[in-house]
Amino acid sequence: MTLLSVDNITVRYGRLTALRGVSLKIEDGETIFVTGPNGAGKSTLLKAIAGVVPAAEGAIMLRGQVITGATPESTARLGFSMVPEGRHVFGALTIEENLMLGAGMRKDRARVGDDLSQVYDVFPMLKERKDKPAGVLSGGQQQMLVIGRALMTAPRLIAIDEPSLGLAPKVIDQVYETLLKLRDSRGLTLLIVEQSSTRAMMTGGRMILLRSGQVVLEGDARTLARGDTLKKAYFGYGEH
Amino acid sequence: MTALLQILFDALSLGSLYALGALGIALIFGVMRLVNFAHGDYIAFCVFALLWPSIDAAAIVFAGNLPTIILIPLILAIGAGLSVLSEILVFRRFRNANPATMMIASFALGYVLKNFLLMLFSSRPKSIDLWSNLSQQVEIAGARIPLLQVITITITIVILIALTAFLKRTRFGLEMRAAAENFTMARMLGVKANRVIMLAFAISGMLAAAIGLILATQTGTVDIQMGMSVMLVAFIATVIGGLGSLPGAVIAGFLIGGASVLMQVILPLEARPFRDAFVYGAVIACLIWRPQGLFAPKSAKQRV
Repeated sequence: MTLLSVDNITVRYGRLTALRGVSLKIEDGETIFVTGPNGAGKSTLLKAIAGVVPAAEGAIMLRGQVITGATPESTARLGFSMVPEGRHVFGALTIEENLMLGAGMRKDRARVGDDLSQVYDVFPMLKERKDKPAGVLSGGQQQMLVIGRALMTAPRLIAIDEPSLGLAPKVIDQVYETLLKLRDSRGLTLLIVEQSSTRAMMTGGRMILLRSGQVVLEGDARTLARGDTLKKAYFGYGEH
Repeated sequence: MTALLQILFDALSLGSLYALGALGIALIFGVMRLVNFAHGDYIAFCVFALLWPSIDAAAIVFAGNLPTIILIPLILAIGAGLSVLSEILVFRRFRNANPATMMIASFALGYVLKNFLLMLFSSRPKSIDLWSNLSQQVEIAGARIPLLQVITITITIVILIALTAFLKRTRFGLEMRAAAENFTMARMLGVKANRVIMLAFAISGMLAAAIGLILATQTGTVDIQMGMSVMLVAFIATVIGGLGSLPGAVIAGFLIGGASVLMQVILPLEARPFRDAFVYGAVIACLIWRPQGLFAPKSAKQRV
């Protein structure tokens, strides 16, 4: 079943066109990597889906409903949970308040408590500090917190922008390990933005390469890794 | 000793007004990055509501004669209603505009409100009699303190405690704190923008109404200019406290109130007419020392 479909969207910031005619379909349970160089429009794509920036053209559908022009809060209510670049923990709120914030819109109140203890099981370090302000956490811990917070919204699809940004390699491994574990145990769909394609090849799944606001390559991450198609598409050799 | 106590009560009661005003401004700034300069006119509007439905030149208090238990909620509701209405009719349209545009819009709204009052009630201050029995004095540790000061301070403390409990203990409070720190992220977690902003405006309007009631009781007059001086000082307090920080706004409100009263006492007689110059001099010194405010929140940085 198609969970999310992005149909030919264009996003402009003033005179600058960040995305031009990008289309994308995500099936339930898939893992998708969006990669590409700086300024390719990766973050803009996520923001457009989340409803943070408006699409000038095109349509976006989530679980059969048109969400083009919808507010971020209503898109979140349909099960799209966004973890933006730079993590964005609420530093003045406690760790538990951060987690509970994501659960406020849920109808299944009874499950919230279970989910909270599950998040604490996965990230015991969060439980130890649950009453501390989130601002005291390290970068890696904050990344864990925002993933936990995203889970508390009971999402169908988690979109994560650069989860490895600013983290030590060992911590990145931990983050991915946790993500994949959660994907399998919860039946989540993952949409991950990474600048480097290495992680996509290691993890597997479908990969989409954006450059200058357009999809230039799409396919299985591991297949694309063989040969130099990817490198050519990434850097744009041999075009004109 | 008794003189000291008197000064303390003067400072606290003046500071209370500034703190309540600063809180009303900081609440809205927190969720919307809007400095609402119409806030002072909300105060005046609420004071004039005491005359409703009479618009006679000689003040015939009508609404103001209602029993206290009805009057207070009524005026608070009028303040909240006016504030929410201005959000829906005016500020909602500027939500994605830059802060300067929103600020100009708030000036414009303030002028509209002021001139609306002017049209109905004329510019002549009217004297009214609201809870005038509160002007009697009580004796506390030998000092004679106006009962109204004691009540003003008590009410302010009650409001501060209630608001803190609301922000810390309730779902709405959690959403407001989150929205003040990072509005976009809060929305991506399902926090409804309109609800949070309207709530902030409602509380802010109620605070304006509370100030209006206190001012009207203190002065026994109804005047279009009434909210102006409080609004100005309250705005300065929010800046000194660190824009966006609620505790900062409250503390700075009390600090300015305290400084004003203290200057009044310690300045030589000839310099007293220029008391405000000294107070604002201290404000400038404070801003040079800490331009970001005394208690600048971490969230003061630009949002995504």
